[in-house]
Amino acid sequence: MAGTVTTPAATDPARIRNFCIIAHIDHGKSTLADRMLEVTGIIEARQMRAQYLDRMDIERERGITIKAQNVRLPWRPESGEQAGTEHVLHMIDTPGHVDFTYEVSRSLAACEGAVLLVDAAQGIEAQTLANLYLALENDLTIIPVLNKIDLPAAQPERYAAELAHIIGCDPDDVLRVSGKTGEGVPELLDAIVTQIPAPEGAADAPARAMIFDSVYDIYRGVITYVRVVDGRISARERIKMMSTGATHELLEIGVISPEPKPVDSLGVGEVGYFITGVKDVRQSRVGDTVTLQHRPAEQSLGGYRDPKPMVYSGLYPIDGSEYQLLRESLDKLLLNDAALVYEPETSAALGFGFRVGFLGLLHLEIVRERLERESGLSLISTAPNVVYRVVMEDGTERTVTNPSDWPGGKIATVHEPVVSATIIAPSDYTGTIMELCQSRRGSLTGMDYLSESRVELRYTLPLGEIIFDFFDALKSRTRGYASLDYAEAGEQEAQLVKVDILLQGEPVDAFSAIVHKDKAYSYGVMMAGKLRELIPRQQFEVPIQAAVGSRVIARETVRAIRKDVLAKCYGGDITRKRKLLEKQKEGKKRMKMVGRVEVPQEAFVAALSNAEPSKTGK
Amino acid sequence: MDAPVPLLPAPAAADRLGPDWLPGPAREGLTSTPFGLYVHVPFCATRCGYCDFNTYTADELGPGAGRAEYAGTAIAELRAAADVLGPDRPTVSTVFVGGGTPTLLPADDLAAVLAAVRELFPVADDVEVTTEANPESVGPASLARLREAGFTRVSLGMQSAAEHVLAVLDRRHTPGRAVAAAHEARAAGFEHVNLDLIYGAPGETDADWTASLDAVLAAPVDHVSAYALIVEPGTRLARRVARGELPMPDDDVLADRYELADATLRAAGFEWYEVSNWATSRTARCRHNELYWADAHWWGIGPGAHSHVGGLRWWNVKHPAAYADRLARGESPAADRELLTDADRALEAVMLGLRLRDGLPLDRLSAAGRARAAEAVVRGLLEPGAHQAGRAVLTGRGRLLADAVVRDLSD
Ligand SMILES: Nc1nc2c(ncn2[C@@H]2O[C@H](COP(=O)(O)OP(=O)(O)O)[C@@H](O)[C@H]2O)c(=O)[nH]1
Ligand SMILES: C[S@@+](CC[C@H](N)C(=O)[O-])C[C@H]1O[C@@H](n2cnc3c(N)ncnc32)[C@H](O)[C@@H]1O
Ligand code: SF4
Ligand SMILES: [Mg+2]
Repeated sequence: MAGTVTTPAATDPARIRNFCIIAHIDHGKSTLADRMLEVTGIIEARQMRAQYLDRMDIERERGITIKAQNVRLPWRPESGEQAGTEHVLHMIDTPGHVDFTYEVSRSLAACEGAVLLVDAAQGIEAQTLANLYLALENDLTIIPVLNKIDLPAAQPERYAAELAHIIGCDPDDVLRVSGKTGEGVPELLDAIVTQIPAPEGAADAPARAMIFDSVYDIYRGVITYVRVVDGRISARERIKMMSTGATHELLEIGVISPEPKPVDSLGVGEVGYFITGVKDVRQSRVGDTVTLQHRPAEQSLGGYRDPKPMVYSGLYPIDGSEYQLLRESLDKLLLNDAALVYEPETSAALGFGFRVGFLGLLHLEIVRERLERESGLSLISTAPNVVYRVVMEDGTERTVTNPSDWPGGKIATVHEPVVSATIIAPSDYTGTIMELCQSRRGSLTGMDYLSESRVELRYTLPLGEIIFDFFDALKSRTRGYASLDYAEAGEQEAQLVKVDILLQGEPVDAFSAIVHKDKAYSYGVMMAGKLRELIPRQQFEVPIQAAVGSRVIARETVRAIRKDVLAKCYGGDITRKRKLLEKQKEGKKRMKMVGRVEVPQEAFVAALSNAEPSKTGK
Repeated sequence: MDAPVPLLPAPAAADRLGPDWLPGPAREGLTSTPFGLYVHVPFCATRCGYCDFNTYTADELGPGAGRAEYAGTAIAELRAAADVLGPDRPTVSTVFVGGGTPTLLPADDLAAVLAAVRELFPVADDVEVTTEANPESVGPASLARLREAGFTRVSLGMQSAAEHVLAVLDRRHTPGRAVAAAHEARAAGFEHVNLDLIYGAPGETDADWTASLDAVLAAPVDHVSAYALIVEPGTRLARRVARGELPMPDDDVLADRYELADATLRAAGFEWYEVSNWATSRTARCRHNELYWADAHWWGIGPGAHSHVGGLRWWNVKHPAAYADRLARGESPAADRELLTDADRALEAVMLGLRLRDGLPLDRLSAAGRARAAEAVVRGLLEPGAHQAGRAVLTGRGRLLADAVVRDLSD
């Protein structure tokens, strides 16, 4: 079987191009990827399932790419110096959302170049910009491309100028394509070959490959995606994970084109997958370096980091008897999500549940949605909070991931995580956006006009201030025109306090929150007011208080119920009365007791659901 | 066996009316337990917006179901009841003709029904025979005829003395008419007269309510029922409330009105004996209603009527035509029935007994229930004196929270 130059493991690195596509949500990344599969002939048009590469249901429904997928495309350029020579293009489909910045950065690190894809009717957005900065930090070659040029509303001239301004190229260098019609796609593939550098690596050195994705498959166990940097990895060798030293037998090694295809080995610059039979993505972590056991590399490729949860929330089954199912479902998700952490937690108000750590809000939403969809659970989640570092006056330090664990003693300083945020919007909204960011304790770090009418604002903001409803507030104040992106940027000291909500003097753990001292009052008034509406009247008066320590900052009262009797003539229909009574008694059983106060589960759900994270569909 | 399957299943033995319709165990205590008859008259001239009772405004509803033939149909069920109960049929201690509007039927028809009762059942010497009546549907002549036929008690639906409240309730009578009818009843020789009131209707003020109570007290009555307006699902009132045309009655206002009624009536010599009922003496109480709360036996005649004999509860089909049809075919008009379990009966005992002035013997409660009863005394919901004497009796505040107390004390 005479292989061609593009046969895996026999490919001259000079013929390889590794690239990714950076795009804002809905700017057409998946559609363009589909067109590339078609144009390169690895999949026929009639087999084309729209958005071939977004495999998970949630992705398809939300139109977001959560898990990176990669694909190997053969391409013989028609233009340029390499015209007529067959090449191998590895397209690495990066996750697009800020929660997955670390994974994005690993995907970028597997490439030499990036296609910067911008909707010709929308222009560049914050997310694009953030990922562009990441790509530039990784020294990637950027190919600017305007998509959707078939749209009547497209303004290619205007946005070509904007792109050129940002990356410092000539507007004429900006390519124009339509993922819908396929126009310009072959030219783009040609440009990838001519502009993006070929990978470089030491073919004879000990093997080193970087893991840029790792997914769990129920049939095959964990499938790990790698980019080989040095040496060669062959089937049936033992590999070694450099972060842990763990070794595994390689059961299969292959490429995706676009279905998995086993190969003998992968060499310098190549991208492919391997399977070792491990069942948990934690054993094959994104960012880790893979080497061979019998001839290990000395130095890892660097850049590996344990995923760090940034946002915590309590997840409780609405029906307490589903606790075990929730545990099993989380265990299952864990196989495929190295970033998820959780531990059992008990809430007086909500019963048994889990404290779960997430990379960010989107991650939280996706996990919650998958639990509900895949396991049929109904969940209630407590208001999300960030992780605080509390230094006590005696010098000891605590990490607080749950407001209930806020230390009671004398606190010296509190440190909260901050993010650097990028907001892009029409310049008319500059004032409103600044007001919003100020109200969220933001500080402006930079401002640039992308064009006469569009502005980029850079802020440092406490993460805790943007996990509630920041994105919704931003969208509504800018009529939906603003886009937001952020990345963690260390921590800052802040004047934070814990606000407790008490029913008849009993704190309700699910409602405690850590807020800035200037906002304690408004949080307290808001929560107490909400609960007054939600808590049914009891046989006695129920005071609702919001307190910081022992100081009460807001107070409401649920007046005692005076009438709870059906004072009507029902004649002989005793059955109806008894059935009604039985129903009421059932309802009473479902009440949660807070001290003497009976609170229906629905009241907790309603009080917490309004404080839920904004739907972050950027 | 290859016998062809019948297209319609033949009525089960239980559906054929006859002596074995009543299961053996339900016959226990048949002769020793007080027994009453309820006769439902499912007709009204118009339907009041708040009312969800089983009543119809058409006078022709099908064979045997029209107003003109109704007495005959009801008598057919009486006959069947006597048959089922058999030779040891109990003595009738109360008869209650309710509705609907019984007095839409000619007084002679009601008299005929009562005559049939006397023909078919042994009747106690001191039998209580009540009819409900709408104020505008009676007059001196019809009342005299009813009294002569053996009726001993009249219950008039007054509802309110305020014209605008009667309007909101869609009542057809004028403010003074109910009190006038009470006088006519007395004049016709009725010793026991009741007026029904509803409080808390949209637009009713405290002053309106006081005026209604005063009007009742000025009337020659020995019994008053006062009901809190309930917005029943499916009624015109419920739709108007849902549309925002009328406000939902406020629970605190209802509580105020109840307290006002209780105080006013007590000052005038009426004592409560059930959460919504007051009487001038023990003998003025409605013995038929007491039968329901005491878990005694009664047979309900008529469409939608409910019955209870020896732990068996059943209820008739609701539509008068379906009802008449069943009887015409010699079948039971029962739509469904339930045999109460011990747990059901224990729950019902608390539910019914607690609503009464006489209360519930504490030994009808479980140990846990008795412990909660002691707490309820502390919380001011049960009378301490009665508790000492071994009974759970609601206080004034307890009556307003009666359903909550029942939930608490029952298991
Ligand atoms: N008219 C037009 N629509 C496009 C084009 N490319 C993508 N779309 C549409 O834009 C939407 C978002 O595309 P998608 O590929 O899911 O974007 P992604 O979120 O970046 O992956 C979909 O409705 C596509 O059909 C294009 O070139 N022209
Ligand atoms: C069975 S009804 C029929 C009596 C008669 N047809 C009449 O209306 O005068 C007996 C009483 O129930 C009361 N009632 C009916 N519907 C009610 C409701 N929705 N809320 C409160 N009381 C009601 C009225 O006071 C009425 O007089
Ligand atoms: S008259 Fe009485 S039974 Fe008839 S509709 Fe009115 S309240 Fe109901
Ligand atoms: Mg996509």
